[in-house]
Amino acid sequence: MFTSKVPVESVEKIQDNIFILKAYSPEIAKTIKPGQFCNIKVSETDYPLLRRPFSISDVEGDYISFMFNKHGEGTRILSEKKKGDIIDILAPLGNGFTYNDDFEIAIMIGGGLGAAPFPFLIKEIKNKKIVTLIGGRNKKDVTDWKMKNVYFSTDDGSIGFHGNVVELLKSKMVEFAGSQVKIFSCGPTPMLKALQKFTIDNNIKCEISTECAMACGFGICQGCPIDSREQGKDKYYLVCKDGPVFDAEAIVL
Amino acid sequence: MSVDLSVNIGSLKLKNPVMLASGTVGYGNEISNFTDLSKIGAIVTKSVSLKPRKGNPPQRIVETPSGMLNAIGLANVGLEDFIKSKIPFLKEVDSTLICNIAASSIEEYVECTKTLDSEETVKAFEINVSCPNVREGGLIFGNDIKSVGKITEQVRAVTNKPVIIKLSPNVSTISDFAKVVKDEGGDAVSAINTLVGTAFDIYKRTPKIKNITGGLSGPAIKPVALAKVLEISRKVDIPIIGIGGIMNWKDAVEFMIVGSTAFQIGTVNFINPNAGLEIIEGLESYCKEMKISKISELTASYQL
Repeated sequence: MFTSKVPVESVEKIQDNIFILKAYSPEIAKTIKPGQFCNIKVSETDYPLLRRPFSISDVEGDYISFMFNKHGEGTRILSEKKKGDIIDILAPLGNGFTYNDDFEIAIMIGGGLGAAPFPFLIKEIKNKKIVTLIGGRNKKDVTDWKMKNVYFSTDDGSIGFHGNVVELLKSKMVEFAGSQVKIFSCGPTPMLKALQKFTIDNNIKCEISTECAMACGFGICQGCPIDSREQGKDKYYLVCKDGPVFDAEAIVL
Repeated sequence: MSVDLSVNIGSLKLKNPVMLASGTVGYGNEISNFTDLSKIGAIVTKSVSLKPRKGNPPQRIVETPSGMLNAIGLANVGLEDFIKSKIPFLKEVDSTLICNIAASSIEEYVECTKTLDSEETVKAFEINVSCPNVREGGLIFGNDIKSVGKITEQVRAVTNKPVIIKLSPNVSTISDFAKVVKDEGGDAVSAINTLVGTAFDIYKRTPKIKNITGGLSGPAIKPVALAKVLEISRKVDIPIIGIGGIMNWKDAVEFMIVGSTAFQIGTVNFINPNAGLEIIEGLESYCKEMKISKISELTASYQL
């Protein structure tokens, strides 16, 4: 974990409201793992005051990329960065996905920008079949940027499967019968809850990357608690430090 | 020209006036990845209570203009685990350790202080009578001048180490509280704790933090904090540890001028975990530029 001031290489709008910010940081590129995140100070002033957490989306050589939606002041400022602008990044944070265990098919399940950590994860998973399911309200919400074998679902049916992404997963399970599957997921809580129930009921390995408002990103502000499923545990996990990735069986969403 | 950065808070000598505020540095281990704690004047631990506290459910934090609201709810490992698993790390850090104590009853404050008094690493106590986010023990005490007096008196009776009372700004006349602390034998006051605030989602019409209200911190509260420190400084002869929205050395100098002997940095640690060291450097060059040989000369040097 360290803080560093790094130059922006580019900000690309890949569709409607989805941006990719690429920055030059050999130090972060060398150390960060899929599922970990960076806490970024978007301005040099006291407004916005806090850093903003972003999943690492891709690493190419000495460059790191982040995928984000423009939805508030912080992301608006980020979306307007130019090549050579400096951003202050605290990284690498959190635990990241576990993808070297025993399974044959990796299924990515993302809701909207929950897809952000997948490009890097897909790149790092070697010698396994990969299937990516991305859901959103409509086709503007979903992207297949640098992902493999992508199937979309949309609530309005404007692209792909008409329905939510967990229903899409259920409809595809028959294709994976007989194979050992591991699910990697990230997205809005209602989606994750439905997925958690499905994977626990069907005994499918599943890792969930969670989100929570936080200030520091490394365990001192105690701002991002998440409840454990363990009976009688009188302590919260912290999303920033114990997560953001948890086994679906470990947490209460 | 060398500058003497050391300060004395009563009998407590610090190598410099920079203190890391309770609840913003945990128990030191995480932030030590980013900064050299041995250069810091003092570290104030996350509040410790007799028994572990789980704290409030999420959301605990929301950002507001130039500030943040938090309602952590004094989540902490409890006294036993603090002594067993946190003190050993802190023992190795060459800074002054101050233990912040939170409690739901006067007896609990006394018991915690008594137990920790025998820990050599703990050099002073900061008594939190002003957490806005727990039902008992927080503002109920902090708003009641008699309780603050009683807590000071009874904690004082069980330790010879310096006793600092952390005051709430959510009162009409903070200097009255500082006076009672002095009268009951307290060594210093920390001012201020967070201000009670809230924020609502205008589409759902629900509070943005689960606890409904939280404590406001960050640069947004600095002018309020400065006014409270000045008020105490003008009315009561007691060392003041200034707190409230310090982001850089200039803010720190301002706090010393209005009456602080030392100061604590809090919210800034979340954004820049090396802020303490940067502030020390800034203070040193300011003193050189202003031909100040002892930083303690700044305390209450206001010209009104």
